[in-house]
Amino acid sequence: MTTSPKLDARIPEGTLEQKWTKYRSTVPLVNPANKRNLEIIIVGSGLAGASAAAALAELGYKVKVFCFQDSARRAHSIAAQGGINAAKNYQNDGDSTYRLFYDTIKGGDYRAREANVYRLAEVSANIIDQCVAQGVPFAREYGGMLDNRSFGGTQVKRTFYAAGQTGQQLLLGAYSALQRQVGLGQVDMLTRHEMLDIVNVDGKCRGIIARDLVSGKLERHFGHAVLLCSGGYGNVFFLSTNAMGSNVTAAWKAHKKGAFFGNPCFTQIHPTCIPVSGDHQSKLTLMSESLRNDGRIWVPKRKEDADAIRAGKLNPNDLKEEDRDYYLERRYPAFGNLVPRDVASRAAKERCDAGFGVNQTGEAVYLDFAFNMKYKYGKKEATKKGIQNPTEEQLTELGKAVVKEQYGNLFDMYQQITGVNPYENPMMIYPAVHYTMGGLWVDYNLMTSVPGLYALGEANFSDHGANRLGASALMQGLADGYFVIPYTIGAYLSNEIRTRAIDTNHEAFEAAEKSVRERLEKLKNINGTKTVDYFHKRLGKIMWNQCGMARNAEGLKQAIADIQSLRAEFWRDVRVPGGVNEFNPELEKAGRVADFLELGELMCHDALNRNESCGGHFREEFQTEEGEALRDDENFGYVAAWEMTGDANWELHREDLKYENIKIAQRSYK
Amino acid sequence: MSGNMNLTLKVWRQKNKDDRGKFETYPVQHISPDMSFLEMFDVLNERLINEGKDPVAFDHDCREGICGMCSMFINGRPHGPLQGVTTCQLHMRSFRNGDTIVVEPWRATAFPVIKDLAVDRSAFDRVISAGGFISVNTGNAQDANSIPVPKDDADAAFAAATCIGCGACVAACKNASAMLFVSAKVSQFALLPQGQAERQERVLSMVAQMDAEGFGSCTNTGACEAECPKGISLSNIARMNRDYIGAQLSTQKA
Ligand SMILES: Cc1cc2nc3c(=O)[nH]c(=O)nc-3n(C[C@H](O)[C@H](O)[C@H](O)COP(=O)(O)OP(=O)(O)OC[C@H]3O[C@@H](n4cnc5c(N)ncnc54)[C@H](O)[C@@H]3O)c2cc1C
Ligand code: SF4
Ligand code: FES
Repeated sequence: MTTSPKLDARIPEGTLEQKWTKYRSTVPLVNPANKRNLEIIIVGSGLAGASAAAALAELGYKVKVFCFQDSARRAHSIAAQGGINAAKNYQNDGDSTYRLFYDTIKGGDYRAREANVYRLAEVSANIIDQCVAQGVPFAREYGGMLDNRSFGGTQVKRTFYAAGQTGQQLLLGAYSALQRQVGLGQVDMLTRHEMLDIVNVDGKCRGIIARDLVSGKLERHFGHAVLLCSGGYGNVFFLSTNAMGSNVTAAWKAHKKGAFFGNPCFTQIHPTCIPVSGDHQSKLTLMSESLRNDGRIWVPKRKEDADAIRAGKLNPNDLKEEDRDYYLERRYPAFGNLVPRDVASRAAKERCDAGFGVNQTGEAVYLDFAFNMKYKYGKKEATKKGIQNPTEEQLTELGKAVVKEQYGNLFDMYQQITGVNPYENPMMIYPAVHYTMGGLWVDYNLMTSVPGLYALGEANFSDHGANRLGASALMQGLADGYFVIPYTIGAYLSNEIRTRAIDTNHEAFEAAEKSVRERLEKLKNINGTKTVDYFHKRLGKIMWNQCGMARNAEGLKQAIADIQSLRAEFWRDVRVPGGVNEFNPELEKAGRVADFLELGELMCHDALNRNESCGGHFREEFQTEEGEALRDDENFGYVAAWEMTGDANWELHREDLKYENIKIAQRSYK
Repeated sequence: MSGNMNLTLKVWRQKNKDDRGKFETYPVQHISPDMSFLEMFDVLNERLINEGKDPVAFDHDCREGICGMCSMFINGRPHGPLQGVTTCQLHMRSFRNGDTIVVEPWRATAFPVIKDLAVDRSAFDRVISAGGFISVNTGNAQDANSIPVPKDDADAAFAAATCIGCGACVAACKNASAMLFVSAKVSQFALLPQGQAERQERVLSMVAQMDAEGFGSCTNTGACEAECPKGISLSNIARMNRDYIGAQLSTQKA
């Protein structure tokens, strides 16, 4: 297999350990006087966008940031719960840059680029330093040092956290840095603005068309470079753990104008989410992976017991130890409840499909804290307090207080949503769509296949292969923004210092704005009979059933046909109330769903093309006898980068993945 | 799957910031007690669209109580009847079949209405830009564990930092004061060693910006604390007041 000539990953020469250090010190620089004249547009104010904006503005570039929420602080990163990884080895438990690199490549089932991942592991430690200096209040131990917890797919404790609100604290740190630059006049922050197209001039990206969501007016903005930090597209499934507004539009518009889309079918289904309760549901809620530190996952051993629980005749607390099946501990003794997400999700589905599910829909398993509450924390506290021979009740009470401190906000959220008290009863959980490893294809500099157009954070495809490890998205977003792009953008901008700002009356801006306007008018004028949500829900069902946790060729072909006809129906029959030139949330949604309808089809094509199982991509035809994912490195050890060649028409380009430092093996967590 | 609750909603409708606005009454049927308050609005909006009417505009995003975007004033209380809960995390099981529920936007001079229940809270961002940060450029930092922070201080700073910037405190206050919000940010940094260098300047700049935005003054009624969905404590306001007076004195001396 050889890499397509259209895909130059621009990976620097040298040994793995030297690549970044050396490249960083030789990449061309832009002098401070020139930086002042260079304008950078950033779409998105999440961890990736806010950190990039702050870092680039500090360097002296003129920066403009866009987000669709009413404040930069509300980007979806705010909702991240469990933590952020970094190879600090503060626990002295054998962590290192290499180990984080190795865990990430292996966790990604050998479908990520070595050089990018190594760089990520290298800069991970700087992120923690930077955030602490900004005043991010991470959890600490009594001695005043930073605390760590464990996450899935690793055997060291390298996850830094702030209760169950790590994303909030990190984003507020980056947001503060960003707002500081706004105050200094270095950043122009445009909230309640949605980017609706990129503008290319002579083969380079030179700006965007954005809609002011309050007035509905279209605006043209020029930039010497454009950075898309617009997040992931999990909402193509309608139900996901993402915020309601998360969408693919920014990335999709770029894709339609030449940016290749990498591994679109690589979706992460998170094992521990609150199960679906009814048709009214608008989103699903994650229960952080950190809970797997202390919660044990189980279903009843016997079907009769599962039936009795479902019928409300048996209380799970009364089921004896020996009648419970801790299936992760049984199947994967080495990692137990801390296997990676894809493995844990499939195992839950397997048990539920076999009839052991524990809620009314049969699609839920238990995540049970009783054991650790009592015996891990309760005992420790009793010893600390000098209580001799504590009773079982005392142990539970003591342990409860510790669990509350660690996960209080998550437990509250669970109770609010389900009406059930998780301190007294085991939580019920089921897998749900959570994250997209796929995204815009980028080279080592984070530049897409359109010169001058970059993608950072969840919006790019780069570091997580076919499955992301927990607590690594926050790490990647901040790595890209604080420590990678400020260097790599020099490789491009150093050649642009003579480019004067292009007048936005240029015909390319004119044409882009015209097509955006026509599309909005078209959506508005269909005036059909069904709401946007009606179509979104139907698309979600198709995607979840055919392109979700398990996929097969037949189902995917059917899905492609179904999506095509759904898309046609959408453009015939959707109803969008209100006008184009006003505040109109339904119009925003309509545009996003229209893009999801196109993306969904590409995801199915990609899943159909990849005749193997790897990470979150599980093709039923390709599995081992024990039901584990069966990779085909020989034929599919590549990144699939799709180029759009026409309406619903794509050409595949392959980037061959070479493993020079890691011995590629079948992934085992047994 | 629908439920068995039937309710009457009185919702504030206002076309744009210049419109005077008025209440409209909408009966809603078959509401499930498991729905969130916003999901009930989804049901209402779906119906309004199907009837060819204008759906109710409201702000929301995460629907998990963390982004701070949702902002409904429900039966006279920001975020509704429960304590420690945002609008999006409020579920219909907190209401009774047959209830009439009055829903309004946040009301404050500094938060003009954009449409219906959506308001403009950009004043908060400008207060942060005035000083809600530690001035440390990227790359300046030393090793994270070289600054030990006593656990109690770290926990207290964290508690202050959990403010979601929703503005319920302003909406709850009869003076529309933003003291709770501003003091939470001031306190987070005042409690940490990293925040000391700019401690005085920060509080002066943030308070000046707060006043410039047209937020009212604080008369210690405590409505903000009672309605804050994140339990941000009044003690932050006391800390900020002390810092403010101290900072004023020392700048006068200088
Ligand atoms: C519930 C939940 C919990 C998570 N917990 C963790 C965790 O504990 N650890 C971890 O590592 N990861 C976690 N993740 C994943 C992680 O939070 C995300 O991958 C990451 O925050 C994405 O950051 P981002 O900057 O790429 O994008 P986002 O934070 O999604 O930001 C996207 C930005 O782009 C803007 N935008 C998008 N489109 C447009 C447009 N067209 N025009 C203008 N602006 C636009 C938005 O306004 C927003 O500002 C979690 C995810 C979820 C859903
Ligand atoms: S202090 Fe409380 S009420 Fe005020 S903005 Fe913060 S979270 Fe909202
Ligand atoms: S929608 Fe995010 S806090 Fe309510």
